[in-house]
Amino acid sequence: MATMTDPPERGFRLSQLIFDTRYRSMTIQVVAMILIALLLSWLISNTIHNLEALGKDFDFGFLGQPAGYDINQQLIDYNNQMSHGRAALVGILNTLLVAVLGCALATVLGVIAGVLRLSNNWVVSRLTAVYVEGFRNVPLLLWIVLIFALMTESMPTPRDFRGEDGSSMILGESVAITNRGVYIPNVVFSRSLGGNEVAAPEAPAPAAAASPSTNMAGTYGASRIATGGAGVQTGQNNDATSTAADASGGAEAGEGGEVIPTSSVWDWLLILAVLIAGGVGAKVLGTRATHIQEATGKRPMTLPFQIASVLVPVIVVLLLLGASLDKPELGGFNFDGGVHLRNSLIALWLALSLYTGAFIAEIVRGGILAISKGQTEAAYALGLRPGTTMNLVILPQALRVIIPPLISQFLNLTKNSSLAIAVGYMDVRSTLGGITINQTGRELEGMLLLGLFYLVLSLLISGVMNIYNSSVKLKER
Amino acid sequence: MSDTHAQTVAYVRDSMIDQQDPPLTQVGAVKWIRENLFSGWLNILLTLLSLWVIYAALSHLLPWALRGIWDASSLSECRAIRDELYGADASVACWAVLAERWPQLIFGFYPKDLYWRPILAFLLFLAAVAPVLFSSVPRKALWVTALAPFALFWLLWGGSLWGPIAAILGFVIGWAIMTFAAPKIGSLGAVILTIIVPVLYWLFVAGPLASGLASVLPLALQSVPTQNMGGFMLATIIGVSGIVLSLPLGILLALGRQSDMFIINKFSVAFIEIIRGVPLIVWLFTASLLLNYFLPPGTNFDLMLRVIIMVTLFSAAYIAEVVRGGLAALPKGQYEAADALGLDYWKSMRLIILPQALKISIPGIVNTFIGLFKDTTLVVFIGLLDPIGLSNSIRATTDWNGVYWELFVFIGLCFFIFCFSMGRYSLFLEKKLRREHR
Repeated sequence: MATMTDPPERGFRLSQLIFDTRYRSMTIQVVAMILIALLLSWLISNTIHNLEALGKDFDFGFLGQPAGYDINQQLIDYNNQMSHGRAALVGILNTLLVAVLGCALATVLGVIAGVLRLSNNWVVSRLTAVYVEGFRNVPLLLWIVLIFALMTESMPTPRDFRGEDGSSMILGESVAITNRGVYIPNVVFSRSLGGNEVAAPEAPAPAAAASPSTNMAGTYGASRIATGGAGVQTGQNNDATSTAADASGGAEAGEGGEVIPTSSVWDWLLILAVLIAGGVGAKVLGTRATHIQEATGKRPMTLPFQIASVLVPVIVVLLLLGASLDKPELGGFNFDGGVHLRNSLIALWLALSLYTGAFIAEIVRGGILAISKGQTEAAYALGLRPGTTMNLVILPQALRVIIPPLISQFLNLTKNSSLAIAVGYMDVRSTLGGITINQTGRELEGMLLLGLFYLVLSLLISGVMNIYNSSVKLKER
Repeated sequence: MSDTHAQTVAYVRDSMIDQQDPPLTQVGAVKWIRENLFSGWLNILLTLLSLWVIYAALSHLLPWALRGIWDASSLSECRAIRDELYGADASVACWAVLAERWPQLIFGFYPKDLYWRPILAFLLFLAAVAPVLFSSVPRKALWVTALAPFALFWLLWGGSLWGPIAAILGFVIGWAIMTFAAPKIGSLGAVILTIIVPVLYWLFVAGPLASGLASVLPLALQSVPTQNMGGFMLATIIGVSGIVLSLPLGILLALGRQSDMFIINKFSVAFIEIIRGVPLIVWLFTASLLLNYFLPPGTNFDLMLRVIIMVTLFSAAYIAEVVRGGLAALPKGQYEAADALGLDYWKSMRLIILPQALKISIPGIVNTFIGLFKDTTLVVFIGLLDPIGLSNSIRATTDWNGVYWELFVFIGLCFFIFCFSMGRYSLFLEKKLRREHR
């Protein structure tokens, strides 16, 4: 025992930094750190020098200056006297609009195509295979310009809708597909929460709806125009209108003027809130039924009540608000009323959805195939029916495989919406990253903000994905 | 009846009846159709619906495409021929635009008398990738692969032959140091020298050497500036360079993200997430608008080079994530086995981890490559003439104003063939490399 001694203590030698694995990682990291710092400082000093040479500064003040350009599709009130920041916000909302619409349609298309591709029906599965391969292997940009060309070149002009033998509107004379875009009906309310404009007694209602501000000028004077800038046509009335209408109150209605139905954000928020409340009510009913079933063995009938709890309040609210459909009608050279969906939006939306749908179809197919056949057989052995097997056994497991890549496809779709540039859709890239940069000459700041917007959006979506992932992850005990 | 129940009770058959043919509905095509197309009302509905879709699509497309006019010099001439042959209402393709403009769609504005160079370059490229793609090609052919990038560059851009040769010389110097100096000064010193000496050579010696040699023996091709390149040639150059460069970079980034070293790990994560979080189009605009801010004043380099750099970085970040998935999917035992064998980090990666991880991530990598190739169309927005950009400029001429579908169909078909065959190759590779369950 006495012969066993500790190895002799040796001092730290410089060569250990390279040859001793205990210290080597430290060395590498320090070297890497120094190199990265050098690179960054080189880039930043270059930028500073270049900015100085050009006589520019680094300043985000331009966001407050008046933009001076128009945006053809706006979800919030905007005119060209508002700031660049506001224009960027309009662009952001447009990006989000097409992203949300696209994600919804792409999911529907993708799930249908994915399931059909697994079908035993030979013709159907081949046809879906053609769809999936065709869209996956051709650039998205080509699909966008193709659908845009299809919309602008092959659709009838609004003029063709005139007369007997021309084109006709579809879905009960309410939707018109023209080469200038698609016109769909708008839901309007005669007792809108945002307040209604009131037409002058002599003015016919539809004409007034088309150009409220000119009528207002005749009836109530110039002050009214200044406060009540009209956003009626876009279907998104603003607060300014509501205050103006509140101030003048219902007195005008008593004068014999006809109330112009309109819709405001508040109406839609109210309807959304009622819908959510109805959904929660339906859920409560379901939970209660489950409790009764567990206690007594009999499940009370819930489905009609659940449907009623969702539908009845909404219908009541719609009646209270005096909802009606504002159908597009052929005016002088174009359609009036309703909502005008521009070709740029339609082309971008359809192309993004069809393209991403093809990818989602593959994800869904892979997810269903990933569940081993033994799961289905085990479920059948337990006596479950095919539908129940799908709902209780296959789908919960397949979703675990499907959801993460699905969300990354949503992310791709959102980023791909920047291809709006090809069809002139005014998304955030063409407002903040396009016209604003051109007008102010602030490339650095503009591109930085633009990149930051997409980055934050991506990180938000992947954050949500991670939370969801950890909640459905296989719990290993 | 007579022999059925000859001896026994009435309900027991004790003699064989002759073998019968299966019912007509249970064999052959009829059975297949019944089971696959008309097995239930939903199936019948789907079948009829798909048949209707197929009929509707083909009844419009086939006459349009097959009756197409190939011989005309402008759209109006095309329409005149159509009116004469089929009447004014007929919808007929005007393929003449392709017949007249296909060189432009493929080569852009490359000088007409030099078309043999891109064609030769393409053949050389095929010869260079063959040994990489198919293991049945002799291994010696890899030398062609190694030298091809320089030859391709020289063929496409032209200029003096001595430039590429001087560049190759740098690699030769590096290889010489690694082989001959390593035993004398130790491996670490050799590695450092292998990196530093060629870089110094390229920075300070290669240029003068090449121009000196060129003045002694001028061997040069007519040089073609980047602005003249376009069409599928441009898409292929950008796509292929991006693919070739992004794979190693992506693997390095993936290893960095899996690394235990804090700084390297965080740097890789930040790089990957920032690149992936922003659309490629924003990166391309950054490359064309902002790169001048980040580089020393007066630096100005080719737009195509900038695009290639951006596309490479972009797809490297995606490949890094795919490879990371492959690395994470390997059982931990593989890493431990590599350590137990006493291999150092790079050897264990090269010999044990990466071959398996890359095999797992082949489908993802190929998908990224397909995406990269499709994304080369985005360069149209920063002023390079890719096929879609050329289709716009063809349409801008008076002769072909109003031609849409023929150009789109041609471009789409070319992309489809390229991307689809890449996808099929990845399936082939997956099958070839599958080691289990044979």
